[in-house]
Order: sequence, then structure tokens, then C-alpha cells
Amino acid sequence: MLSRLLAATQISIAAALVAVVVALVLGVVGGLLAGYYGGWFDSVSSWLTGLVMALPGIVVLLAARAVLGPSVWLSMAIFGVLMSPAFFRLVYASVTAVRNELYVDAARVSGLRDGRIISRHILSVVRAPVIIQSAMITGIAIAIQSGLEFLGLGDLSVPTWGSMLSDGFAKIYNAPLLMLWPSLAIGLTCISLTLLANALRDALERTVSTRRRRREGKVNGAPAERTAVVGHQDDARAATGEVLLSVRDLHVGYDQPDGSLTQVVHGIDLDIRRGEVHGLIGESGSGKTQTAFSVLGLLPSGGRVTRGTIDFGGIQLAGAGEGVFRKVRGKRIAYVPQEPMSNLDSAFTIGSQLVEPMQVVLGLSKKEATERALALLARVGLPDPKKTFASYPHEISGGQAQRVLIAGAVSCDPELLIADEPTTALDVTVQAEVLDLLRDLQAEFGMAMLLVTHNFGVVADLCDRVSVMQSGLIVETGPVRSIFNHAEHPYTQSLLDAILEDGEPRGTLGSRKEVSA
Amino acid sequence: MNESLLDIRDLEVTYPIKGIGKQPFRALKGVSLDIRPGETVGLVGESGSGKTTLGRAVLGLAPVTGGSIRYREKEIGNLHRRQRRALSSEIQVVFQDPYSSLNPSLTIEQILSEPLTARGVDGRAARARVRELLGQVNLPADTADRLPREFSGGQRQRIAIARALALDPNLIVCDEPVSALDLSTQARVLDLFIEIQERTGVAYLFISHDLAVVRHISHRVAVMYHGEIVEYGDGDQVTARPEHPYTQRLFMAAPVPDPDRQEQRRADRRRLLAEQSAADEQAGAGLGAA
Repeated sequence: MLSRLLAATQISIAAALVAVVVALVLGVVGGLLAGYYGGWFDSVSSWLTGLVMALPGIVVLLAARAVLGPSVWLSMAIFGVLMSPAFFRLVYASVTAVRNELYVDAARVSGLRDGRIISRHILSVVRAPVIIQSAMITGIAIAIQSGLEFLGLGDLSVPTWGSMLSDGFAKIYNAPLLMLWPSLAIGLTCISLTLLANALRDALERTVSTRRRRREGKVNGAPAERTAVVGHQDDARAATGEVLLSVRDLHVGYDQPDGSLTQVVHGIDLDIRRGEVHGLIGESGSGKTQTAFSVLGLLPSGGRVTRGTIDFGGIQLAGAGEGVFRKVRGKRIAYVPQEPMSNLDSAFTIGSQLVEPMQVVLGLSKKEATERALALLARVGLPDPKKTFASYPHEISGGQAQRVLIAGAVSCDPELLIADEPTTALDVTVQAEVLDLLRDLQAEFGMAMLLVTHNFGVVADLCDRVSVMQSGLIVETGPVRSIFNHAEHPYTQSLLDAILEDGEPRGTLGSRKEVSA
Repeated sequence: MNESLLDIRDLEVTYPIKGIGKQPFRALKGVSLDIRPGETVGLVGESGSGKTTLGRAVLGLAPVTGGSIRYREKEIGNLHRRQRRALSSEIQVVFQDPYSSLNPSLTIEQILSEPLTARGVDGRAARARVRELLGQVNLPADTADRLPREFSGGQRQRIAIARALALDPNLIVCDEPVSALDLSTQARVLDLFIEIQERTGVAYLFISHDLAVVRHISHRVAVMYHGEIVEYGDGDQVTARPEHPYTQRLFMAAPVPDPDRQEQRRADRRRLLAEQSAADEQAGAGLGAA
């Protein structure tokens, strides 16, 4: 009994492997070639794949047996052909996804042969899913094969699990245990195949990056050296209104999976008066966006204000619940994001995305809200407000999308507008227009503005006051003119020195040669 | 001195658009440009102007449908894959996005030795060359065994520059290589580009949307608008005293990092726009009358 089971194991698994190898070779090679080169091979192979997938597998296997005789090897090879689309589809999808990655272009420019690019850069991407898929297909092949044998359609001279099942079934009243062992063997094999594939994938892909990181976070982000904030005296042009937003000793941290806390803002003070435009400038990872998001209550999950206060016109926003923010956000504090396109829902028209918040937040009727939306679209300089109102986001340009979002932001006549890099994604000529618009609207509505940016030109254009952030701390703050003309903190000075505008031109090629000669 | 390294004449690139009856997209409409050995030619333009397409055409990554690209007197516009590979030691590239231009699953050494081993350099010589390249871009030698994800944007861009230098090319196409970097990193990477050029005599086609960046690094500057070059000349002249109306608008739109001078620039820009639209109207009226 045991010897028969063991002998059957060999054949069952070997036959299943035949199916997998056939499917692998056809599917992976076809998928790689079709995905990488495209063209006619792509069309033909996709068409063939569709055809094979439409064929009823069992019927084909039965027909093959009728024509070619009962061979477990042959039927598994045919089954492999039938299963090859599973690999083809998988590989094709992965390859088309990476084919246009810049590193593949770079490899082509480096003079690598196509074969090498495929084996080095593209195969590594499809390796992991292919391993998992192989385990699944092997399991399916064993099951189908056993099924065929169980039905008595196999070669009776060869011992397999399926034929053992068939024998056992015939004697089920006399020796029910005869059924158990082959069933157990099939079940265990399938389970261990999946486990093996997972382990293999983990071992092979250990080196693959989990996720690209835009910001190199510091471990638990202890503040760098904490020096006193350089403050400048107000000049004659400074806004004199009452303080609208007052941030004191703000700390922002992110909870880590291991229970620790990574701090990204290490205690900052910030005051914004009514009608003042306050620039928050810093490099990536300096904590400027984190600060703006804490005021808006929009910190990503895991992030929270860990210490300090945010006083907005008498309302405490630090650690406030969603209910408090709902009364403030979109009514008294508005927000203009960096990426205008990703902040509009592509499934709805521009008009409906403007009208709905106005109905909910301002309690306007649909007709009133529509009128107001059209008036605002005209106000933000869109040439044909009615057309834009009826458009979907993909039908307008990035600059127009930003105008739409600005229209939405000022629709509630806010006291404070928070703009996070509002022109970074825009072309420079469009940026100039959007800056003009923001300046005009700020004057017209008399709102205060917190402008988060990394661009000193934008600060010079719009801001009354500036705070410079470095590694989660404000290092220098003051009226815009004294920061530009009399920066004292070394970091601010280094940033100002790095500015290229008005720098010396390189000169012509000849002039340099003459100098060096 | 006057002989060109790269000579582009009336170049046209047309992308087919999928779908029946759709007009193909003409990304470049007759572009002419030349680069001399050891020279930086800056290419400025806004998104969709065709500047990246021009770079990709030089690299053999865009379909050339008209005109010519001559490198050292030899046509390279529509080379076969095999002939193109032979050019890899002559023309190289540094892309904009330092995050997707390095394969995340390869170590820095594997990335840098790839172009070398493809040319048949043996393993030991390649390793030595990788150390040398890392030194050239001011990265420590222990960089070699690490993965791209362990580096910041600026460091990754240095690695991409090292890869471009591996085969000692004569021309590097730089497609917005500093746009994704922070201000201070940007200045350091630009200085590295200039230092490498002065040492090796490599020429750059330097593509950027930023007039100030281009002014800093370029000997000559070309301005692209809607698939055409509208102005081409000495860097100082094009970036400080532009003649074409579009370049003037571009120049005026860039904010100056000084509140008082920016106020002045803003007023100048308004005046320029008013003048230009008045001139356009006159031209339009003239045409109408004729």
C-alpha cells in the first residue's frame, strides 16, 4: 500500500510538473516577448491566448484522450498548453508596466542587448508572481489529473493518486481507509507547494525595495541642535491686524508599528495676523507641510499633534476632534493643494464638485450654489465659466484645475487660506498667473494666507512675512524684506546663496577656452 | 572649433495616436540645433513644448519621422537596434526622476557595472572602474554594495551621473536632472556637472524648464515652444535679454527672489503682456484688412 502510494507520488508529481513546465515556457516566453516588443506578435499572441482561454479544458482533454490514447504525460502536456494563458497574462501585465520605466530606457542607452535587459531588469519583476502562480498551477494540475484518473480515463497500467482513489472508491465499504491516503497525499502536496512557493519568493525577493520613499525619515527624529529662533523686528509694512492663528510649541509625531514615535516637527511657534500672507519655506522633509496639515487636521494616518497648541480665533485645534474641524474647515479655513489634478475627482464634473460642498457647508440651495460657482469660475479668470462648469477634470489643463480649486477654496469667504505649494506643479508662465490671482483674491477677500513653498521667488512675490523651516524647526522668522536682505541664520543664508536667479551666466564656449588657455 | 559634435536639422517626430481616424501627434515640427564638443546647450521650454522628445530622439528613444540627426557627420536618426548599441559609448543620458531611473532591486555596483560588462569589460576591471566613478561624483566607495533606496534624491542623481560617465561618452543628454532636487542639492549637482565637463570635455544637451538653471550651466540656450525652437543663441543673451515674445514672457514670469525687484518685475510683466496682446491685435487687424 505504502509502496504503491510512493510510486504514485513520483508519477503524479512528475506529470503535474510536465503541465507546469509547458505552461511556464509558453506563457512566460510569450508574455515577455509580447510585452516587451509589442507589435504584431503582441496582437497574435493576445488573440491566441483569448482563444485558448475560451476552450473548455476538460472537453479538450477528453477529446485528446480519445484521439491519442490514455497517456498521463500527454494529457498533462496538453493541460499545460491550456494553462499557459494564466502565465501569459501575468507576465504580459508586469512587463508592460515596467517597459517604460526610466531604468529600462537607461539600460537601452547603456548599450545593453534586449536579451540582457529582459533577463536583468524585466525578469526580476515577474519572478515573484510567476513562482506563486506556478505553485497554484501545479496544484490545479494534480487535481485535474487525479480527477481524470478517478473517472477511469487514465492509463490504468501507471499507478497514480487518481487511480488509487478510483480503486479505493470501488472498495469503499470494505476498506474506507484506501480512499484516505491518496486524498491526504493530494491535499498535503498542494498545501506544501503553496508554502514552498511563498518561502522561495521571500528568499529571492529579499533585496527588492518595498516602497520607494520620498522622504528619508530620521529614526525617531530627535531635533537637530536646537538654537534660538532668529526673529526680525516688524517693519513699517507689516500687517497690524489681530492674531488669527497662533501656534505654540507644536510637536508632530508619527506612531510607529513598534510603538515608538517618530517626531517630524519639534516645537514651533507661528503667528498669522488677519490679512497677512505668511510664507513657510523649507526643503523637502523640513516639516512645513506637516505643520500646515496639523492646522487643517489632515495629518496622514498615524500622525498626530503630540504637544503644543494651535489657537485659531479662540478655537483650540491641537488634538481637536473631527467635529471641531468640520465646523472650521471649508468655512473659515480653506485649502489649496499642490497637485490640482489629483484633488479633483475624475468621475464628476467640475460644476458638481464645486456646487456640492457649497450646498453642504454653506447651506445654499442648488440654484444659488450653481450661480455662485459660475460667478467664482469667472472671477478666477476662466475664459468660459459655463463650459468649465460642465467639463470633467481630464478636459481641462493643470493651470485651469488649480484655478477651479482656488475658486472652491474661496467660495466660503475664508478667514485663512492654506496653500501647500500651490504653483509647484505648474509651468512658470501659468505660475505667474496663479500667483497674480492669489494676490488679487487675498486683497479682495482680506483673508490671511499660510503659503507653504520651497521657492524663494514665490515668497518674494506674495508674502508679507516668512518663516524658514529646517528639520522640523523654525530657524528664522520675520518680515519678507528683512529675511531677504538681512538673513542671519546660517541655514537661511545657505539657502539664499543657492538661488540661481540673477546668477552669472556661463558665458560662451570660446570665452572659457580663452580664459583657460 | 566650429565643427559640430551633434547636428540636428529640420527634425520631425510624430507619435501615432491609437484609434482609427485619429490625427498623429506632431511633437517636433522641424527643429534645428547643433552642439559643439565640450559645449553645454540648454533647452528651455514648458511642459508639452517637445523638449523631452528632442532629447529622446537624440537617444534613439523617439520615432524620427523627418529631418536628420547627425553625430560626428554620421546619420543616427533612425538606427537599427544593433547600430544604436554601438553609440552607447558616445551618447549617454541622465533622467529627471532619480527614483525611477535606478532599478530598485540592483546594487549600485550592479547598476554602474552594467554598461561596462555589456561592452565586455571583465569583472575586476569593472569593479575598479565603479570605485573610480563613485569618486568622480563624490560618493564614498562603500556606496557600491548598497541599494538605491538607501540614498536621497541628490545622491541618486549622482549615481545616475556616474552611470552616464561609465563609458566616457562625448555627449550626455540631461533631461531635467535637477528639477526633482532641493534648492541647495540642486546647486551642488549643477556644479558637479560643470566640474565634470571641465575635466572631461563632455558636451551636454541640458533640458530644463527653469531659465535660471539653464543660464547657470549653458554656453548656448535654445527655447522651445509648441514643438519648435523659437530662439537660439548665447546663454547670456537668451536668458537675460530675450528677443522672441515667448521667451520674453517666460523670462518675465519667473519670480525674482527679492520682494522689491519682484514688484518691479511684476509691473514689467503686465506691461509686456499688454504690449504683446496689442501687437497681436494689430497684426490680426492687419491680416483681416489684407
